[in-house]
Amino acid sequence: MNKIWLVIQREYLTRVRKRSFIVMTILGPLLMASVFVIPMYIATLAEEETKVIQVLDETGWFYEKFADTEEFDFEYTTTNLESAKIELMEKDEFALLYIPRRELTIPSSAILYSLRQPGVDLKSYIRSVMSKEVEQQKLRINLDEMELSEEDHERAMKLPELIKTSIELSTMKMDESGEEEETFTEVMMAVAFISGMIIYMFIFIFGAQVLRGVLEEKTNRIVEVIVSSVRPFQLMMGKILGIAMVGLTQFLLWVVLTFAIVSVFQVAFADQMPGPDVRMTATQPVTEQALEAVADNQVAQVFEVINSINYDVILLSFLFYFLGGYLLYAALFAAVGAAVDTETDTQQFMMPITIPLFLGFIIANMAIYNPDGQLAVWFSMIPFTSPVVMMARIPFGVPIEQIWISAALLILGFIFTTWIAARIYRTGILMYGKKVSYRELWKWLRYRS
Amino acid sequence: MALFHTENVSKRYSGHTALDRVSIEVPEQSIFGLLGPNGAGKTSLIRIINMITGPDEGELWFRGEQLQQKHIHSIGYLPEERGLYRKMKVGEHALYLARLKGLSKREAYQKLKEWFDKFEIGAWWNKKVEELSKGMQQKVQFIVTVLHEPELLIFDEPFSGFDPINVELLKAEILKLRDKGTTIIFSTHNMASVEELCDHIALIDRSKKILDGKVQDIKKQYRSNTYSLAFDHFDGLISSYLDNRFEITREEENGDRRYADIRITDGHQSKELLQALVPHINIHSFNEILPTMNDIFISVVKENEGK
Repeated sequence: MNKIWLVIQREYLTRVRKRSFIVMTILGPLLMASVFVIPMYIATLAEEETKVIQVLDETGWFYEKFADTEEFDFEYTTTNLESAKIELMEKDEFALLYIPRRELTIPSSAILYSLRQPGVDLKSYIRSVMSKEVEQQKLRINLDEMELSEEDHERAMKLPELIKTSIELSTMKMDESGEEEETFTEVMMAVAFISGMIIYMFIFIFGAQVLRGVLEEKTNRIVEVIVSSVRPFQLMMGKILGIAMVGLTQFLLWVVLTFAIVSVFQVAFADQMPGPDVRMTATQPVTEQALEAVADNQVAQVFEVINSINYDVILLSFLFYFLGGYLLYAALFAAVGAAVDTETDTQQFMMPITIPLFLGFIIANMAIYNPDGQLAVWFSMIPFTSPVVMMARIPFGVPIEQIWISAALLILGFIFTTWIAARIYRTGILMYGKKVSYRELWKWLRYRS
Repeated sequence: MALFHTENVSKRYSGHTALDRVSIEVPEQSIFGLLGPNGAGKTSLIRIINMITGPDEGELWFRGEQLQQKHIHSIGYLPEERGLYRKMKVGEHALYLARLKGLSKREAYQKLKEWFDKFEIGAWWNKKVEELSKGMQQKVQFIVTVLHEPELLIFDEPFSGFDPINVELLKAEILKLRDKGTTIIFSTHNMASVEELCDHIALIDRSKKILDGKVQDIKKQYRSNTYSLAFDHFDGLISSYLDNRFEITREEENGDRRYADIRITDGHQSKELLQALVPHINIHSFNEILPTMNDIFISVVKENEGK
């Protein structure tokens, strides 16, 4: 036990002291933090100047329906299209929204003339205001024909809102407004995707380090010196565990540093940005003047959702699946490293490792959209794919018994791969200059120690 | 008394037998040469002794006990294929290997300092292994192998990669270790060094032990009773003085000297040869030609091949 600890120490210290480790430890959080910080920064920049949008509404349906925001001012004009276009050019205004009149039909289209590329936010805002207004008008026309009492009429007018709310409640199982729910699922998907992705990446990166480490010992003929003092199994496990600790160290440093950088920026932008608590009161009544709220609060909203995620569960399961998945694959990587003589020879044995791992990654991508689907559930049970797939499901909530089964299978899985790997390893590390085939590996499995 | 011995050790890999019922006995405080052509099974045997692999059959005994993991600290092994982590610092690396053998950090550090001073390589302590030449690395490895003062040392081709000066240094150290009581198993193809160092040998060929014993005894066993003779030039044939008790295997002339190798047939003695020749020629030298280990190795292996 003492010896395996010495091996772990060496594997850990030599890697952590490397320049590349230090560089990655600093660069990683900077990259991750920039994912959070840059949108925040842009959000604050965007509000500096209000842009004027001329509205030329030939139908007259939408007069005063577009609400001004900090970013956009809507001005209503009554000239014809040609002169409005000229005015747009001359005054260098942001855009011209032209809603043409259709005889006998309900308006269903509009054209946005602009000199610069209009943002997605603006387009979706215009679309939502217009469709909402048209829906209301259609409803009113239909209701008028039904000759309802004033009370019924009023109630009927509220129907679409009621119906809409109930639908979203049933699909998303959330008791807040539709707008927020959408953001919520998006954030969940992001968390699911990122954690699955990180596990996938870490298994590959640190698994490859195990392979290269074993190969280094073999090709530099270090291994025979060492296995005369420690058993091959101790050497293999020491290497695998040492590198696992390197991975955990790197990951924890990333988390800590990322949070540090993000919170520094949060404080720096605090006066420009409404914090989560401010926002709560600001958007309680959900109105269709959402643009203002969205523009101001997108970041805050994301933060709120991020804050509301159950970190204990996610972090714990992340650590478990990271370690479990890593141990399962690292043993196989070690076996491959022991079986070959040079890095170029590894190709033929990498298939059984890369295919299930990549399959897990693909299924995780699907699981994000359908976390409780058959495919996602089954592949989150199979040890070879479960670390990545289960991590993609967990942010959405997974029944606890599924987690237990999956975890137990993963533990069995890595005991199994370690057992296999140990048998290949102890023969392979002392075998030089021999091209090894799968059939040969099968023989090694059956040798006595 | 034997420090270490094996009894009928066999090891099979699929398709071939690496060792076939090999029994060797390594006497205490001696240098034991483990010889054999490439692929004969030496390395397999050495790995079994080091408990890197286990035998399929047979037993190994160390100081009257069956060989087991606790004996690992009593064995030092310098493999033929030996390397070091290139990126590690020399001192750190040496410490790591010493501690793997069970030395405490402080003890390892102290002993390493002593040995580094002795080999005059103290300045390398903080260098990276990759900055060292092959020979320098070998020195470090030798030190690490003997550092924990094992009772049994196993050297597999210890001199490869060394220049002649360092070979002498190493030989002196090996002999010193033996004199201090260490038992050494020494595997090599260099027969000259076997002759110089080894007290006992075992010869393994095609997975079987085909010869073992004391070096002197083996040499005696393989001597052909041939003597080399140098004498003054004279007109006439040396054979005219010899009868069928003797057989001339070589004759040569160089200036005013003549040489001859003469084998004495079984049942006769060297003094008979001298008696026959002394009245007739002026003899300058008269030596028995003992077979070298090299000759014995070649003839025994060839003979074994013929079987």
